[in-house]
This record gives sequence, C-alpha cells and structure tokens, in this order.
Amino acid sequence: MTDAPKVGQQETVAPAIELRGISKAFGPVQANKDISISVQPGTIHGIIGENGAGKSTLMSILYGFYKADEGQIFIHGNETQIPDSQAAIAAGIGMVFQHFKLVENFSVLENVILGVEDGPMLRPSLSKARKSLKSLAEEYELHVDPDALIEDLGVGVLQRVEILKALYREADILILDEPTGVLTPAEADHLFRILNGLRDQGKTIILITHKLREIMEITDTVSVMRRGEMTATVKTKDTNPEHLAELMVGRKVLLRVDKVPAKPGEKILEIEDLRMVDDHGVERLKGISLNVQAGEILGIAGVSGNGQSQLLEVLGGYAKATGDIRINGQHLDLSGSRSDARSRRARGIAHVPEDRQEHGLIMEFPAWQNMVFGYHHAPEYQKNKLLMDNAKMLEVAQDKMDRFDVRPPNPHLAAKSFSGGNQQKIVVAREIERHPDLLLVGQPTRGVDIGAIEFIHRQIIDLRDQGKAVLLVSVELEEILSLSDRIAVMFDGHIMGERLPDQTDERELGLMMAGVTGKGDVA
Amino acid sequence: MDKMPKWADVALIPFLNLLIAFVLSGLVILAIGENPIKALQMMISGALGSSYGWGYTLYYATNFIFTGLAVSIAFKAAMFNIGGEGQAMIGGLGVALVCLYIPFPHWSVALLVAMAGGAIFGAAWAIIPAYLQARRGSHVVITTIMFNFIAASVLNYMLVNVLRVKGSMDPASGRFPETTHLPTLHDILAPLGISFSRAAPVNVSLFIALIACVVVYLLLWRSRLGYEIRAFGLSPDASVYAGISPFKIIMIAMILSGGLSGMMSINNTMGEAERLVLNSVEGAGFIGIAVALMGRNHPFGVLLAALLFGFLYQGGSELSLWTKIPRELVIVIQALVILFTGALDNMVRGPVERIFINYAKRRAG
Amino acid sequence: MDFATIIQIADSALRLATPLLLACLAGLFSERAGIFDIGLEGKILASAFFSAAVAASTGSVWLGLIAGVASSLAFSGVHGVASITFQGNQLISGVALNFLASGITILIGTAWFSLGGRTPSLSGGQRFSPVDLPFADAVANVPVLGPIYSDLLSGHTILVYVALLMVPLSWFVLYRTRFGLRLRAVGENPAAVDTAGVSVIRLRYASMAIAGVLCGLAGVYLATGLAAGFVKEMSAGRGFIALAALIFARWRPWNALYATLLFGLLEAIANRYQNIDLGAFVLPVQFMQALPYILTVIILAGFGGTAVAPKAGGQPYVKER
Repeated sequence: MTDAPKVGQQETVAPAIELRGISKAFGPVQANKDISISVQPGTIHGIIGENGAGKSTLMSILYGFYKADEGQIFIHGNETQIPDSQAAIAAGIGMVFQHFKLVENFSVLENVILGVEDGPMLRPSLSKARKSLKSLAEEYELHVDPDALIEDLGVGVLQRVEILKALYREADILILDEPTGVLTPAEADHLFRILNGLRDQGKTIILITHKLREIMEITDTVSVMRRGEMTATVKTKDTNPEHLAELMVGRKVLLRVDKVPAKPGEKILEIEDLRMVDDHGVERLKGISLNVQAGEILGIAGVSGNGQSQLLEVLGGYAKATGDIRINGQHLDLSGSRSDARSRRARGIAHVPEDRQEHGLIMEFPAWQNMVFGYHHAPEYQKNKLLMDNAKMLEVAQDKMDRFDVRPPNPHLAAKSFSGGNQQKIVVAREIERHPDLLLVGQPTRGVDIGAIEFIHRQIIDLRDQGKAVLLVSVELEEILSLSDRIAVMFDGHIMGERLPDQTDERELGLMMAGVTGKGDVA
Repeated sequence: MDKMPKWADVALIPFLNLLIAFVLSGLVILAIGENPIKALQMMISGALGSSYGWGYTLYYATNFIFTGLAVSIAFKAAMFNIGGEGQAMIGGLGVALVCLYIPFPHWSVALLVAMAGGAIFGAAWAIIPAYLQARRGSHVVITTIMFNFIAASVLNYMLVNVLRVKGSMDPASGRFPETTHLPTLHDILAPLGISFSRAAPVNVSLFIALIACVVVYLLLWRSRLGYEIRAFGLSPDASVYAGISPFKIIMIAMILSGGLSGMMSINNTMGEAERLVLNSVEGAGFIGIAVALMGRNHPFGVLLAALLFGFLYQGGSELSLWTKIPRELVIVIQALVILFTGALDNMVRGPVERIFINYAKRRAG
Repeated sequence: MDFATIIQIADSALRLATPLLLACLAGLFSERAGIFDIGLEGKILASAFFSAAVAASTGSVWLGLIAGVASSLAFSGVHGVASITFQGNQLISGVALNFLASGITILIGTAWFSLGGRTPSLSGGQRFSPVDLPFADAVANVPVLGPIYSDLLSGHTILVYVALLMVPLSWFVLYRTRFGLRLRAVGENPAAVDTAGVSVIRLRYASMAIAGVLCGLAGVYLATGLAAGFVKEMSAGRGFIALAALIFARWRPWNALYATLLFGLLEAIANRYQNIDLGAFVLPVQFMQALPYILTVIILAGFGGTAVAPKAGGQPYVKER
C-alpha cells in the first residue's frame, strides 16, 4: 500500500495521527513494512493482528522506543520527530502498555508525577497532582486512591492508574496495547465505558488487540496487520468478524476444531480440596476439587492470575500444597520435600508449561538437548553409568523434529533461534511422545502462529483419542470452547463450576470468570 | 542465524579483549617511565627462555588451572565464586595436616590422600556460602569475599598458635616429611633422557591438573550432572520445571568449585613449599576468575588462559627483579582482563558483530 | 570499664565508622539506582592512594582530596560504562575494579615514592587536622555530657562531620526531591522511568557520580584523617563491610548510620582489646579481626531479618521488544 489510506470521504480536519511509509527491521526480520495509517481525532481506531504481526513494534515507534528506518509521522498535520518517550509525551501521545510500567513500592500519586514533576522539590508537585487526579476522576470515572501503594492494587485499578498517568501528561492521543488481556469481561466493559467517555471528550484512541470482539464492540475504524504489513483499513460498521479474521491470517480459519465425541474412561486424575499458599503467604488455591478421566480434555477457563498457574505447578511437582491428588488411584506426595517434577514424570504426568521460554526450554541449549529436558535421566539416553549418550539423543531429536515438522529441522540450532510456534512444537513433541497418562497443557498456543496452532491442537486431540487424560489451561475462551470436552472455570483460587461446551457460551463463562456463580452446575 | 561464526566468539573476541588489556597495561608501564616493549621482551625471556623459566610458568599455570576450573564450574551453575582464594588457603591447611600427621610409605599415596584432604577442606569452606545462597538467598559473591577474609584469620591462627615450629618466629608449619615430597618435572624427565631445570618447582601436580581438565570437561558436557548444572545456570526456573533441584545444584557446584580450589594446594604447598606458609596462595584464587572468563568457562580455554597467566606471573616476577616494575603489574593485567572479557565484553563484541553482519550482507547482496 | 574508656572507645568507633558510612551511602545511591557496586573497596583504595600521594607531593591535603575524589570518580565512570552503556555484568565489573585498584596503587606508588607501595608519612598540612566544636573547652568539665561533647563529638576532622551531615542530606535528596524520586524509581522499575520520558542512562550515571564522590571521601579520610599516609591494601575490606552495612540498613540513610556505627564499634573494640579473656576461654586476636566479616555473613544470612533489595538491582536496562 503506497498511498495513505483514506477513511470514508475527504475530511477537512487534519488526522490526529498519520503515518506514512513506516518501515522497521531488526536484523534480517522486517517487523514493519511500509505502514501507512491515518486516524481522525475523536475516534477509536483498532489495530488488529496476530501475535508477531508487528503491532507492538509500530506502537513502540510512535512512542519513541524505536526509530523507524523509513517513513514519516504527522501529528495533527505537522510532521513530528519522535526520538524518545519525552518527545512522544510532548506531542500529546500517551501509552498504556500491556505490562504496566509502574513502580511497585510507590504510591499512585508518585507514579503519576514521575517524569513530569513541577520542580526540584516533590511537595508542590504532589499536592498539585492530588487536585488534578480528583478532577480527572470525576470527569472520566477513573476513581483511584492517590495514596494507595501500587503493589496493593488489582490489575483493573493499575490500568486506570496508567490511563491517569497519560491524562495527567495531557495526552490527547491514547494508545492501549492489549488492554484486556488481564481483565475479566466485566472489568473490560468498565474500561470500554472509560474509553467511550474519553472519545466523547475529543480524545483519539488507538486500541491494539488480537480479539475480534473488542474491535467490533468499540472501535470506529480498524486496521489489520499481517506479517509486518498493513493489509487493510476499514470502517468497523462495514465489516464483520469473519472477514477480519480472514484478513488477519490471510485465509479462512476454522474457529472450531474437528473432533469426534469423547469416550471418557476411568478417572486418571482426582483432586480433592487442594490448597496452596505461595511464597508471599497468599493463598492461591482455596480448596480445588476436580477430576479428569481417560480420553477426555478438561479445560480450565479463567482470567490469568486466578490460580491456574499454581494448579499446574502443584500438579507438575514444583510447588507445595495440602489436600489430596491421586493419579491412577495412587496418592501424590504434596509436601514438596520428597517429590519433584522428576518423580511426577515417573508417574506418567507430562507437562507443556504455560511459558515455554521461561520454563519449557533452555533457550541457549541446542534443540537436541532440549528434546530430553526433564527426561534426561531416562535409561535410553545413557551410554553407561556415568555418561549420557549424545548420539542417541541427537538421533531421537532429529526424528521428532521431522515428525512434528519443526522448522528448520536442525537439532544443533539453539532453541532461541526458532520461532515461537516451532519452539512450542519442540516442547509438545517432547512431552506427548512420552505417552503420558496425564498431559498438563498451559496456554498451548500463546504467541504461536495459526498454522502451528492447528497442528498443536490436533496433537492434543489425538492424545485424547488414544485414551489419555488432558488438563488444559488457557485464558483464550475460544481455545477452551473448541478443545475441551468439559470446562471448569477458576476464579480467585476456586472452581466456580463446571460446564459442557455445547451447553454454555462465552457470556456465561465470562460471568463465572468474574466470580459470578452460575446455576445448574454439572454435577 | 548466528550473528558471527563460532571461531570469532571463542577465539577472536577473547584475543581482542586481551589485546586491549595488554595495550592498556603497556601504557601504564610507559606512564611509570619504563619501556613496555623491553618489559615484554624481558618477560618472554624470563618465562619462556629457559627450562627454569618454563618450569615456573608451568608451576604457576598448574595453580591457575585448578582455580580457573573451580571458578568455571561455579559460573556454569550461575554462581560467581570469588572465594577461591580462601578455599585454596583452607585447602592448603588440609594438605598440610595430611602431610604432617599421616606417615606415608610413598609420595604417590601421599598425593592421593593430600588431594582428598585439600579438596575436602576447600569444599568445606565453600559449603557455608553455598548453603546460605541456596537456602537463605544470601548473595554468594559477598559471602565468599567475607570467607576469604575469615580464611586468612583462620590460617593465621593455625600457623601462629598450632602449627608453628617451637622457637621459630616464622608463622609457618614445619617441613613435610621426605616421603611426601612430590617428584618435579626434572625428576620425571630425567629417566627419559630429557634434561629439565632442577630448581623449577613444576611437579607431578601439573599432570593432575591436566587430568582435572578432562574430568571437568566430561562432567560438564557428557554427564547428567553436567547437563543439570548447565541447565540450572542458564535458567533456574526452567530447571525446576524439569525436576532439577536448585539446592542440589548450588551445593554440588560450589562443593566441586571449592574442592578444585583446595586441591590446588598439592601444587604450591605440597609440591613447592613443602610446608604451609601464610601467603602460599599468592592470589591464585583471584586469578582463577580472569582465567575462567578468558577461557570462556571451558576446560580447554581454561588451560590456555592458565598458561598465559603462568607466563605473565613468571615474567612479572622476572621483571620485578630487574626493573622498577613490581609484581603487582600482573594484578593490573588480571584486572584489565576481567574487565574487558567479563564486563566490557559488549564493547568489543558489538563492533565485531557488526563487521560480520555487514560482511555477510555484502556477500549475500 | 570506666566512663573515660567508654568515651575513648566510642570516639574511636566514630572515627572508624566514618569511612564505612561514606562508602555505605555511596553504595546506597548506586544500588538505589539499580547498580550493584562491589567495587566500593577499589574506589576507597584508589582514592586513599591518590589523596595521600598528592598530599605528600604537594603538601596540601585539599589537593589530595581533589585527587582522591577524582580517582574514585574515574573508577565509577568505568563501572558506569561497563554496567550502563555496555550492559555488562555489574559484579564482574566491580571485581575487576577492585583488582585494578589493588594493582595500580602499588604499581604507581612504587614508581613514585620507591617505598614499596607506601606513600611517605603525612604530617601538618598534608593531613586533615581536628576541628574543635564551639565551646568544647568550656563544657569539658560538665559531668557526663561534657566529655561526650568535647571528647566524643568534638575534635574530629572535617570529613567526619561531612559524613554525618551526609545522612540527613541523603535522606532529603532521596525522599523529598524530584531527583530522589526518579533515582528510587530507576532502581525499582527502569521501564517506568523510561516510558515516563526520563533518561534511565543519565540517572544511573548521576548515581555513579554521587557514589564516586562519596566513596572518594571515604578513601581520602582513610589515608589523610584516620591514618597518616597510604599503605598497601589499606582499605582492608571496608568496601565490603560497607556493602554488608547497606544490606543491614535496608538501603535507608538513617539505618546506614546506625549500621556503620555498629561496625565501627566492633572494630574499635577489636583494636583496643587484643585477646579477650572470657574466663572459660580466650578469644584470640584473629577472631576479633575476623569478627566484622563473620558478623557480615550472619547479617547476610538474614538473621537480622530479611531485606528486600531494589528490584532492578544488578540488571542492565534493555528496552524490551
């Protein structure tokens, strides 16, 4: 696309933001390719695209984190250089990052004034900010206790603090990067009310997301990005989710996964009254009871941070807990002292962790060493009592990489050199190929491209069809709904209830995820 | 795609780092009114110009192989063990107690038991910092530094109050019995008809050090324990997921590290001094840091770097005999090597990577 | 133990605490900005040498002070380049700088004075002389308070009072000024500072500069106030003890004062009593010498309560993709 895309008719007002021909490369990777976009003031503009499509890079360029290799930026019709965040703030751009940029042991007030203090002394700045927070709160429904410490606040409130920060800096263009990722549906609705209010006051808002629902619900115009390019800009009311999805991935996507009905067998995993307190003394699991049968996939839905990660940690053998867990009828040791991830694997529990880069892989290790990670004690990988059998490990790795279509199929390459999807395939190949009785899967497709998603979903369903039990944790409701044979919803360390996927919908699950108990639980 | 070929990473960059360190050291020598070129010539002839010089160079290198390996193993487990100096001091105590109080029939038996004694004492000195790191999160860097100071006091106490020869003012133990004296390279080579300086202290410990290199290589790159140590060092969180116990790895890596540092004493205390003296370690524990960094924590690299520092040490001693340049020149070089290979690595790496990327681009396009 | 002895020990403790306090505050500014500074030891040593050397050569302790602080600043600068600009390992950089100081002070000292690494003894204008506080003589005879004022508090060199003044000053800068707010923020979450449009790099270099000056003063005091000239390795682990005091003090200025006074007291006692006879057994002098280090380990082990360090400490700031 060479010309700046025009939305609707010729407008007389200069666009609040106009980008012309922005390109940015990181080494050999072209993150942004000739991007042009124009956003009218007083509108909400969505930018949608898959993970890795280049949305965040584009926004980082707008906020002065990266310098574009080519292209121009116009703010209200004037060409503007944005070499750093200071310049972005001066140009009236405010940014709410996906991961909040707040100082945890500071108060809300201190976070708000940081960087825009009025003088060398703090007192006057603090009292001025206190007054203006009060008026901002009344104007936009942004109520926050200015003296609360950040570490004591919930995510929904933290997001409001970030928005307040931007407004206090008199931003009139607000960029939000995946703002609903950590919010419950109710909190997201609250956020959207705030955004609507801001638009009505004439602010311009850019919303970056990969969720179609949000685009349809709140934006006026939407741009679609794919592999670093801007593929289309349309008015939201002229489009529909299926069309946007197609633009995003470049072909028709199957939102539902084909699978035969489950034939559940015996109970493989039984959990009773599981409780767990984390290192900070916070109770994260508050009496979980559930079971998973052979040949079924139990999906655990929930907003991230409600105990799902801790449930996986306890099952995977690296967090202490109380209560009872049985695998094939045998009790697991939960004390943490005599049990570990190794003994769990010996019991037939395999684990695709939520964060493959932090947990599932050693990023500097070559693929072949990662292929045995966690199973490096297995007899087939030993040459003798003292040494490991490197040749055997290489051979196994090469075979698995071929069968799981890991690209490039080079076992000597370090894990960090593979794309997200191929890294995940390495982990999945390693865990599934051990033919576990129970597979724990956390966020199997986070940061994974569409092609790999389908492949990984297929593998999980195949394992189920071989009569194995699968416990799936995902924050993507769509993934839960399409893969699970049964769904349990977690909120605040509790199981809110169980549902069958064909007898529920996103709305009901969303309410449960927000802690609203539904009726008619599956017994 | 890697940014540059492997040889550049393992050879070119350390070489450039070293070059910068040498050039800066040369400037320091110039600044104190000496001629750096002449100094280098004097170091080369002093360290490599005779079998006597070689004998000392190899003797020092033996020390540095042990301490370099020690630092490397700990580094691989993401532990920065600065306590090699203290662990070697206490290891010396272990070697001395073994040699003084156990009657040995032959030096070979004495060597084996002394190795165990040095290793056990050195490892013991590493255990407390290791435990505090593993269980209480006390930073091993600071605790091992403290343990160096405490080791000096312990050694001082033992030499002054316990091991000192009656009537002697010298804080040193008595001489070790004849049967514990290790054969020097002169003794070993003479039967083969090769003449080697009789006065040089290099001894059979050199071969123990070389064996240690091989063992450490096999341990780190071929064994399950090594796999776990390397995995833990790169990502402690992922290791827990894989069933690797952080406590176990921290303890084992530090015990091996302290053991190797302590084992160094078979060379300086048993092989050279043949008694325990106050400053027998002479900073070798610290030089191990430079050796490990230069050698990229690989036993073969450690071997090369240890030879280099052996040369610098012997050359530096010669230099201090004939010029105004004191032996501490080596400490300056050591500091600069640590600085440039360890902390300012990116300063050299960045431009080199860019050169290789541009070169690759030009060839491609 | 009579009152006069107590006053004498306390007086000596205050002197010995002074370099620790200055170094501890140096570490405080550095670590509050997210930079570990193992190299305090080296900076003290370098500053001690250059201050003594210049004071001996020029006859002016003030020129010595400038030279000492300048050398410490130079070391800080290198640490900054390594850990801020080139995002290197801060611990390794600190270790290297400690060795550099060890070697270079002897190398230059030997060539300069031919005294095997020492400087000549300093006297007269080459040293800081004691400052008598107002009315020190007049109140000396008042019971109890008199000696405390005239013997314990009065009669120290100017640097002791500077060090003590640095405590409230540091507190004020950290908690009451814009600079302090940003400095504390950059040690906790540099990304928050960066996105707020403030330069992380500039703030961290500023903290390095402050640490350099304070550490420099510690070295100057050591060589020209506490002692009369430089001797090899005269810092004797004070930089590391200051680090331990910093952890003990939980990175707070007033606590730093109390922690360093405690370490100063220990050293004073060890200096005064060689072997301490406890009746049942005798504590040997070596134990007293090792005591500060042993105590440090005990504190580090968390037996003085757990301490939460600045979150971003030790991590070079790299903008995320």
